[in-house]
Amino acid sequence: MIFSSITLRRAVMASAVAFGVVGGAVYTATSQTAVTLSGAGATFPAPLYQRYFAQFRQKNPNVQVNYQPVGSGAGIRQMIAGTVDFAGSDVAMKDNEVSQVGRGVMFIPTAGGPVAVVYNAPGLNNLKLSRQALPAIFSGKITKWNDAAIAAANPGVSLPNLPIRLAVRADSSGTSFIFSNHLSAIDPYFRGRVTASTTPNWAGNPVRGQGNPGVAQVVKQTRGSIGYVEYSFAKNAALQTAQLQNKTGAYVAPSLEAANQALGAVDFNPDFRVNFSEFGDPAQGYPISGLTWMMVYKQYPQPGKADAVKKLVQWVMTDGQQINDDLSYTRIPAPIANRVIQAVNSGVK
Amino acid sequence: MMKEQFEPAGKPDSGKTSFVKNGFDADFALTNGTGENLWLDQGFTWLVHGFAYGTAFVLFWLSWVIFQQAQPAIAHFGLGFLWGSTWNIGELTFGALPFIYGTLVSSALALFIAVPVGVAVALITSEDFLPPWVRSPIAFVVELIAAIPSVIIGMWGIFVLIPFLLPMQQWLYDRFSWVPLFSTPPSGPSLLVAGIVLSIMIVPTVAAISREVLLVIPKELRSASMSLGATRWETIFRVLLPSGTSGILGASTLALGRALGETMAVTMVIGNSPQLNPSLLELGSTIPSVLATQFAEALDKLHIGALMYLSLILFAITFLVNIAAVLMVRVFGHQQI
Amino acid sequence: MIDRASPPIPEDSSLEELQSSLPIGRTIFTIGMTVLAFAFTGLALLPLLAILFAILRQGLPNLNWETLTSLPAPVGMEGVANGFANATLGTLIMVGIASLISIPFGLMTGIFLSEFSRDSKVASAIRFITTVLTGIPSVIVGVFAYAVVVLTTGGFSALAGGFALSILMLPVVALTTEEALKLVPISQRLASAALGSNRFQTTFKIVVATALPGITTGILLAVARAAGETAPLIFTALFSDNWPTGLSDPTPSLSVLIYNYANSPFSEQNELAWTASVVLVSLILLISVLSRLVTRRIIKS
Repeated sequence: MIFSSITLRRAVMASAVAFGVVGGAVYTATSQTAVTLSGAGATFPAPLYQRYFAQFRQKNPNVQVNYQPVGSGAGIRQMIAGTVDFAGSDVAMKDNEVSQVGRGVMFIPTAGGPVAVVYNAPGLNNLKLSRQALPAIFSGKITKWNDAAIAAANPGVSLPNLPIRLAVRADSSGTSFIFSNHLSAIDPYFRGRVTASTTPNWAGNPVRGQGNPGVAQVVKQTRGSIGYVEYSFAKNAALQTAQLQNKTGAYVAPSLEAANQALGAVDFNPDFRVNFSEFGDPAQGYPISGLTWMMVYKQYPQPGKADAVKKLVQWVMTDGQQINDDLSYTRIPAPIANRVIQAVNSGVK
Repeated sequence: MMKEQFEPAGKPDSGKTSFVKNGFDADFALTNGTGENLWLDQGFTWLVHGFAYGTAFVLFWLSWVIFQQAQPAIAHFGLGFLWGSTWNIGELTFGALPFIYGTLVSSALALFIAVPVGVAVALITSEDFLPPWVRSPIAFVVELIAAIPSVIIGMWGIFVLIPFLLPMQQWLYDRFSWVPLFSTPPSGPSLLVAGIVLSIMIVPTVAAISREVLLVIPKELRSASMSLGATRWETIFRVLLPSGTSGILGASTLALGRALGETMAVTMVIGNSPQLNPSLLELGSTIPSVLATQFAEALDKLHIGALMYLSLILFAITFLVNIAAVLMVRVFGHQQI
Repeated sequence: MIDRASPPIPEDSSLEELQSSLPIGRTIFTIGMTVLAFAFTGLALLPLLAILFAILRQGLPNLNWETLTSLPAPVGMEGVANGFANATLGTLIMVGIASLISIPFGLMTGIFLSEFSRDSKVASAIRFITTVLTGIPSVIVGVFAYAVVVLTTGGFSALAGGFALSILMLPVVALTTEEALKLVPISQRLASAALGSNRFQTTFKIVVATALPGITTGILLAVARAAGETAPLIFTALFSDNWPTGLSDPTPSLSVLIYNYANSPFSEQNELAWTASVVLVSLILLISVLSRLVTRRIIKS
């Protein structure tokens, strides 16, 4: 009996100490920062954004930016639901989605990059995929690695007698859109069967990964698989990437230069979105390249957030752009970047 | 003894009043229906009732919220949702069959493996095969598996189990591809792997409850069987297991409930492909896994509704399974008394 | 079994059978089943050993002060400390919130079930509902918490995560409290009442105080369960690469960190996931062993 009252006292003491410690830690953590901006969305620029926000915080210790790479679709949903302060997406929101946001939306293009076709086939390096083979693989017409259509572009390469397993996104994804948009532009059968979408109707029984990292991981783990991820994921994860045939007929490996060539001709609308239908099959460079946007509200009811957003955009479009090269993302041309800064400074309240 | 009993009653109060005085007060209060202690007592009674009803309310609240959120899909698809087999987010056509199929098949596979293994562990740790100082550590270690977070088991599944099982899956395909169950080439993640991972996670449930069931079977039954000349295993199969049947069934049903709702580990090893295919080597998807991968980004009202509808189906299935388990364990309890 | 010294055994074939060793079929059956049972037990133990081995082998090399105290570093950034201190803190915060909600509710529900109208219809209904509540898949609790907290407060938060975890802890705390209280002999309640205590005093100063080790076990088990949950946190608390900034902001947790990093193609993140597993598993095993010790002390005392 005495034992229990001692235990009771100890338990009360212990929990008081525990809550004190936790509470204290929370307090010190909160007192350090004045404003927190939380964002969610595209995984395509996630490594870049993480670097942006880590460096931005070193310059501006009183603004903390959290970004959760949950997929473009999720980013747009959170933007509409108002559960975030900004969102990231590789497909800018459509007009009917924008109209659901009472606080208004501004689009900020931050970077571009190639979408690499990655694969895991034992003994196969330097794979080349023609404009016929790639859509045929992803619409389920080619099911074996040693198919004649693949062999035609790879003379002298011994292709494994393995079934092809597609690796695609489990979530609704801007990367999926960029990829399927290109395949739809070059292949009518793909356009009818799979369609250009953030959630394409893939053929067969593809293995699915969550976000760009998930697809890269699945390709790494699954023998005979082929998938698509933003180039920096392929590069950092040391995955095999395929050379793709572009409009001129040349085989191009994904790289920063090749993506810059492809994206050089992009026209931005006044609200900094682009017209995707003109964009599916660039005249030169790496054929599958895309842009990514940060989307911010026009109005922030909470004090200090609008200023923090302006500061962040200003930094991302100037100093931040220097980081793009390091991580193999293309920069937004300086004239456009300046117009973005002006628009945000006058548009966000 | 008397002194010890008195102590706790008096001791906490000693700072305020003597316990004799306190006793008098309470008595006074009880007879007169007034006084500070009665107020405290009534308040306490109300408080306890309030909290208890609050706990019960959670279940109704939860069912109501999910039912409410599922309304758009229920209104749009009706019961046809249950046997629709397409899941196309772009065209907003949703059917639950591939997920129901994946959930049921992976759980059934898990039970198929876990019940014999769990009962074997229960027998080894309740019979006298081993000295007691070995038995209870084994029981403890098996139960520890239940304490490992499922996300860690899932990670182990990705990096250790899938590469380890791939040759075995390949072998099954090479030898038995004429059997529909093994008719597709394996690529790593599969329904089979999901079933195996689930079985690892539910063995502790089956083992722990079956062990308790076996331990409370009266010694006389065992002795009687042995004295009639039955061997140990004949006793186990003809006396112990039959008399523990409802308990072991209850344990298995409870384990089934756990397997049906398991999310992370399955999501990480099943491949998340919503397709109907008889082959166990093929990728699959379960209701919890589709919720984990799609819920955060579902955009359209109908898509969210469809996911909520799936939650509702899963909720209903696990609800029924758990009620069955509770009833079975209860029947077993009455048998023993 | 048969006393060989007993007086004259008649030449009887049935008795001869009794004296002889078991028929070969039954012997094989006995040995076969014993081997099978041991093999199955080995099979059950194997995964645990394999998992623990994998966690330790891949997680320990990176376990150091730096990983325990720093924030996650952006991928590919060299010369920067990489760790998951924010996730450890976030897990503690959310389990703390969940405990603050679920312990009062669970304790009171347990008291109701054991001390008030133990056998009434209301009590059995609530007991039944609580038992059913233990079996609700955690992902559904997450969906529920998203609809109830995230959508109404307009953001992912530690509160939403804590709320989801509390619903998972609640039935465990309630049912173990009830069990622990039931073990307290009725005579103690009567003695307390005879001395003039009212219900409140009897319940808290006698019954709960006596059953405290049992209740603590239940709470620890619930805490251990909550600490390892992932599914209810993915769409309630989300994650964050920074320190938790407040209870209404997205909050990192060890389990979500492991999920994200296990699904990452980058080997440095994979390694960090293993290291975080070492921390999470040690935390949970520590709590489980602690609860075992508490239970053992009840049995001894």
